[in-house]
Amino acid sequence: MQKLAAPKIEVKALNAWFKQNHALRNVSLTVPENSVLAIIGPSGCGKSTFVRCLNRMHELVPGARQSGKVLVDGQDLHARRVDPVNLRRRVGMVFQRPNPFPTMSIFDNVVAGLKLNGVHGDYPQLVESSLRQAALWDEVKDRLRHSALSLSGGQQQRLCIARALAVEPEVLLMDEPASALDPIATARIEELIRELRESLTIVIVTHNMQQAARVSDATAFFYMGELIEHGSTEQIFTNPREPRTEDYVTGKFG
Amino acid sequence: MKSLARRRAVNWLMTGLCALALSAALVPLVSLLWLVISRGFAGLSWSFFTAIPAPVGETGGGVGNAIAGTLYVVGIACLIGVPIGVGAGVYLAERGDTRFGDSIRFTAEVLSGVPSIVVGIVAYGLVVLPMRRFSALAGGVALAVLMVPTLARSTEELIRLVPGSLREASLALGVPQWRTSLRIVLRTALGGIMTAILLSVARAAGETAPLLFTSLNNQFWNWRPDQPTASLTVQIFNYAVSPYPEWHDKAWSSALVLLLLVGALSLMGRWASRKKFR
Amino acid sequence: MKAHTDKTYDVQLEDLRNKLLTLGGKVETEIANSMRALTERDSKLAEMVVSQDREVNRLEIEIDEACRRLLVLRQPAASDLRFITTALKIVVDLERIGDLAVNIAERALDLNQSPPMKPIHDLSKLADLGQRQVRAALDAFVEADPAKAEAVIKDDDLLDSIYHNLVNELLALMMEDPRNIRRANSLLFVAKHLERLGDHATNVAEMVIYMVRGTDVRHPGSRR
Repeated sequence: MQKLAAPKIEVKALNAWFKQNHALRNVSLTVPENSVLAIIGPSGCGKSTFVRCLNRMHELVPGARQSGKVLVDGQDLHARRVDPVNLRRRVGMVFQRPNPFPTMSIFDNVVAGLKLNGVHGDYPQLVESSLRQAALWDEVKDRLRHSALSLSGGQQQRLCIARALAVEPEVLLMDEPASALDPIATARIEELIRELRESLTIVIVTHNMQQAARVSDATAFFYMGELIEHGSTEQIFTNPREPRTEDYVTGKFG
Repeated sequence: MKSLARRRAVNWLMTGLCALALSAALVPLVSLLWLVISRGFAGLSWSFFTAIPAPVGETGGGVGNAIAGTLYVVGIACLIGVPIGVGAGVYLAERGDTRFGDSIRFTAEVLSGVPSIVVGIVAYGLVVLPMRRFSALAGGVALAVLMVPTLARSTEELIRLVPGSLREASLALGVPQWRTSLRIVLRTALGGIMTAILLSVARAAGETAPLLFTSLNNQFWNWRPDQPTASLTVQIFNYAVSPYPEWHDKAWSSALVLLLLVGALSLMGRWASRKKFR
Repeated sequence: MKAHTDKTYDVQLEDLRNKLLTLGGKVETEIANSMRALTERDSKLAEMVVSQDREVNRLEIEIDEACRRLLVLRQPAASDLRFITTALKIVVDLERIGDLAVNIAERALDLNQSPPMKPIHDLSKLADLGQRQVRAALDAFVEADPAKAEAVIKDDDLLDSIYHNLVNELLALMMEDPRNIRRANSLLFVAKHLERLGDHATNVAEMVIYMVRGTDVRHPGSRR
């Protein structure tokens, strides 16, 4: 991590509310390009809220507000001429529980992001490359027209990743992507993250500290809506500066 | 050990009581089917399904026009009622968490409790009087009013059943809200909605009272919406209250035909839901 | 110190700490006894030191097992990780110190066969400082005191200089009178053991600094 990578994402004094609940307090951090940032913290600390502010999904919740700036490639996401729908194609998201579209086949699921928006292209080629990137091609290449629900949990999650990759995002947000999966499926997803790092910038929210330690370059620890500490993953897990970080990471919380 | 034997005994007793209750519940259904089939089967023939009623005194004739009329009037009801009902349901599910939405829901509840004959009279006042004639259209309107509340509630429930995660997944891909509602949410709920439509069609096909003041009856074939039309239910009524015993037999046969029609529609509804929901 | 949410974890860590302290105590006693066996020509004491080394070895194995178990079951992080990896390293140094004490005891047994030599001042000075270094390093570990650890690292230079003086003195003795050679040579070995003892104490001190501060101060000359 010695290269001077330009910050892909910059967050400045971000605050977020759900009606009266002040969910995020004055959060500022940067994420360099082609790196993986892990976000850790106890339940309810604002991890998911933070990540949803990065692709403007937060504002879709009724009663939600935010202030502060979020910049991707130096461009303010809330600038007047920024279309939130378009933004979500550049900043993709994968969720905790695999959620393939149940009425569509595997093939249709992968190109859903394009088909639904009327974007034309060489679909078969795109499906193959997305599924290859998600390390799922070999397992499903003979049954692309089968329903997406015929896959196992781990495969469905990789399908959702392929679907997100098909729209060619620059940033991928992952909200606890492996928490519903068994250890082998989890290991595959983690390996996938390491490979994707070459072409994307990734922000991953996780409950699992060992996972954060395995896949990320930098880690941010959140507690009660505040960013307590943000540093290299190695430093956070071997020698954290803040006592609350130390307590969380060694299991002295609660 | 003693308590185990006692528990087994109580288990047997309760199972027995439940079976008894089931039999009691089945008795009216079975006796109804038995009665209708035994009295009506004899009158069934190819001409019964395809011919129009014969004048008084002549033998033969059938309920061909009544079957067609039922399908025609119910078809008009669908054309009016399905878009309104499903549309209302979609609106309530997507944007209905407001006072306005609550009032719509309340209205639907009230409307679904209104007796069908009252709906018929209202349709008389709203359609028949201005048009100065009885018509299939009026019948369709009356039946549509009966269909809309249940369709709206069912559609709303079904759409709410679609997991929010699917909506989120679509939005996160950069698909706009309205397209998400239409092509993802609605499409996922479509199977259930088809079933709901088929079931309300089956119900509408069995209504008599609203048709009495709206589509009236017709002894001939009719495909014009502004003319009175025959329907199975009204035909059964007419046959049954007549003084002629042959017509009473015809009533039983018509009832059997109606049961077959409604049964077929219900089965189709079940088949549709079995295929679409994995 | 805040407690872990899982109290058993605290118990296991405390248990590990106690084992290390026991080992430290045993090793300190070993050195003291072996030096007494040497200066007071007590062969019985020397033999006791040799046989009791078995306990030290047993403790080393127990501590290694405890550390391995903690690593796999708890996946420790931050201060816990530093403590456990420190434990794994200093147990090696402590066990080596025990072995050095045994070596000294064996030299004592050998020397007691021959007539005594005149007492050599630097030897007792070296022995005293060596023992104090070990004690100070163990105190630094118990108290998690990096200042004490830094003092141990600094004093190693003093220990080395006393050692060099002693070596010169012993060489002079050997050149003086050939009849001294055998005994002086044995004492040279003892001096070497004491100097190595000091190095191991310094290693422990360096690990204590890592444990407390998270910075690795070893081999400053080899860092880029």
